[in-house]
Amino acid sequence: MSKFDPNTAKPCLTGRGVTKVFGMGDKKTVAVDHVDFNFREGEFVSIVGESGSGKTTLSKMLLGLINVTEGEIDFMGQPRDISSGKKRKEYWKGIQAIFQDPFASYNTFYKIDAVLLDCLKMTGKGHLPMEKKVELMTEACSFVNLRFAELTNKYPFELSGGQRQRLMIARIFLLRPKILLADEPTSMIDACSRSTILDMLQKLREEINMTIIFITHDIGLAYYVSDTVYIMEHGKFVEYGPAEECILHPKAAYTQRLINDVPKIYEEWDLSTV
Amino acid sequence: MKNTLRQIFHSPKFVGGFCIFVFILAMMIIYPLINPGDPLERIGVETFSKPGIYFSMYDASTTKTSPFRLADADDKRVASKLSMEDRVAMVEWFGLAEVDVEGVSMDDTETLLKLWDENYSADKKIKMTQAKKKYFKRLNNSIQSLKAADKMEVVSKNPESGENETVTTIDKNAYVNVSDVTNTKILPLGTDNFGRDVLKELVSATRTSIGIGLIAGIVATLIGLTVGLLAGYVGGLVDDLLSLVTNLFTVIPSFILLILISYSLSQDQRGPSTVAVVIGLTSWTWTARSVRSQVISLRNRDHVNLSKLSGHSLVRIILTDILPYIASYVVMAFILQVSSGILAESQLSLLGLGPKTTVTPTLGLMMNWAMLYSAHLNGSWWAYFPVILTITLISFSLNLMNTGLDQVFNPELRD
Repeated sequence: MSKFDPNTAKPCLTGRGVTKVFGMGDKKTVAVDHVDFNFREGEFVSIVGESGSGKTTLSKMLLGLINVTEGEIDFMGQPRDISSGKKRKEYWKGIQAIFQDPFASYNTFYKIDAVLLDCLKMTGKGHLPMEKKVELMTEACSFVNLRFAELTNKYPFELSGGQRQRLMIARIFLLRPKILLADEPTSMIDACSRSTILDMLQKLREEINMTIIFITHDIGLAYYVSDTVYIMEHGKFVEYGPAEECILHPKAAYTQRLINDVPKIYEEWDLSTV
Repeated sequence: MKNTLRQIFHSPKFVGGFCIFVFILAMMIIYPLINPGDPLERIGVETFSKPGIYFSMYDASTTKTSPFRLADADDKRVASKLSMEDRVAMVEWFGLAEVDVEGVSMDDTETLLKLWDENYSADKKIKMTQAKKKYFKRLNNSIQSLKAADKMEVVSKNPESGENETVTTIDKNAYVNVSDVTNTKILPLGTDNFGRDVLKELVSATRTSIGIGLIAGIVATLIGLTVGLLAGYVGGLVDDLLSLVTNLFTVIPSFILLILISYSLSQDQRGPSTVAVVIGLTSWTWTARSVRSQVISLRNRDHVNLSKLSGHSLVRIILTDILPYIASYVVMAFILQVSSGILAESQLSLLGLGPKTTVTPTLGLMMNWAMLYSAHLNGSWWAYFPVILTITLISFSLNLMNTGLDQVFNPELRD
């Protein structure tokens, strides 16, 4: 399915003892509790867990949108430095994201063109003539089966959820980051669009040799798409390893429970264990 | 920009409010051109003259007349002069003199006068006090004078001979066209307690009050917006400090603070703009709090995160990703601040703590004068009702515009 080889791939994002604590005193909540991870170039990693297990908090820390309370993160073999605005901007050229809610991801007041033009500007193509820019944007849109000519001059709210999420992939296509953090990109859209989007993510990954960190609550989905799976419970990784091994021969009780919760078409669904 | 303007002017609510507001603004500009002069000039000697057209009796007596024969003119004249009190007194005398007035209505002036002429005599022996007798005598005199001669002579004293000379005679049937009279004065809203033209004063007061409202609104919105945006977006210690200040200002009743500040400024310093700034400085907390809470809910939204990931600066994120989302709140807050500024000024002025009196009129001062001189008790509605109506119209039009703008600024609300 993929060209990823765990033995030869170099690490691109590694963390040691990464922790996030919200609040203090009695109201203290440990959202992410000393997690270690090693994501490699070209790898499709899934982080699986139920709501409130700390997946989104971890993803925001990885993106550098919130501070890390404790722990270290290395990016491309170097300690990550996002202390100034300029350094953060540089970091975000290497790591990008697709968010869960396609309806909240766009600024309603700006046309779709603005989103794509921003990407060109960020990749240093801002000075190109307009025709060239349109050409690049058209290419990106056709990669996700959208026609730029139909989208130009439209506002985000005029698009369907699936279209918006595909446009987000087009954005990644233009940015070509090293790592893509996809935070449940398919949870708000229907099943048909879901497979299209997953397919596009796979295609994109092969095209630009990108690491995808796929955050999901759906262990069945994770099994089909990932090379490696990390199972997260209460802010900790309870199990991780290659997808086949992790899901077909689960060791942790929590993983077994997650597997049981997946609805199956040809079997009776046992709700009693939930 | 052009597109947004077009959308704004396609909203019926906005256009409705805009028309009312522009009408008020146009009145403020055009009326002083038609009727120039000091709005606080005291033209009347008496207080509270009724609205209407006034013309000079002196000039009218020498103006060219045209005779008319109007059948009911005499009756009307007498009926208008014979007061209800007189009519009651007449009936009382009939009762004492045992005249049969069965079935005669009080409003039937003709029959009443006819009966009086037939029966009244000062010498008639009726048992009553001397004072009552004199009263009826006086009543008779005044009734007789109602049916005065057909002509009236206007007499003036010759300064040399000291004798009275007839200047002109005025016929009962003589009528004067008001437009021929040299000196007329139209007072659409009458005069106030100091004998000043209320409409002229109102136009000037509206201008000052809208100015006070705008300055108060701008001051309050700028402070509130800055505090709210910083506290909400930056968060942390900045938020704690700014929230503390906001809460302090919220806990102290702003009206008391307003009174204290106004009181501590001397009368000379209390011009309209000072009062406006004082109102603005005490009313920003509401804006700050609502902006802060809006920004907090916005700062973790995915579109803000995406904007960060696209490498936008803090200022740009605040201006393009936060401000447009709260623009309708800010405009709404601004509009409410403008109308509450106008109201706050009226309240302060009612207490005598508004702008320095007798230099510039404001809507609040006009209400204050009307109240001090009991306009509401003696029925001089024209001294306060137009003021109330103006305040209401300004506030109504601003709110209507706000609702229209909300639909434009928030594309998802569009019809």
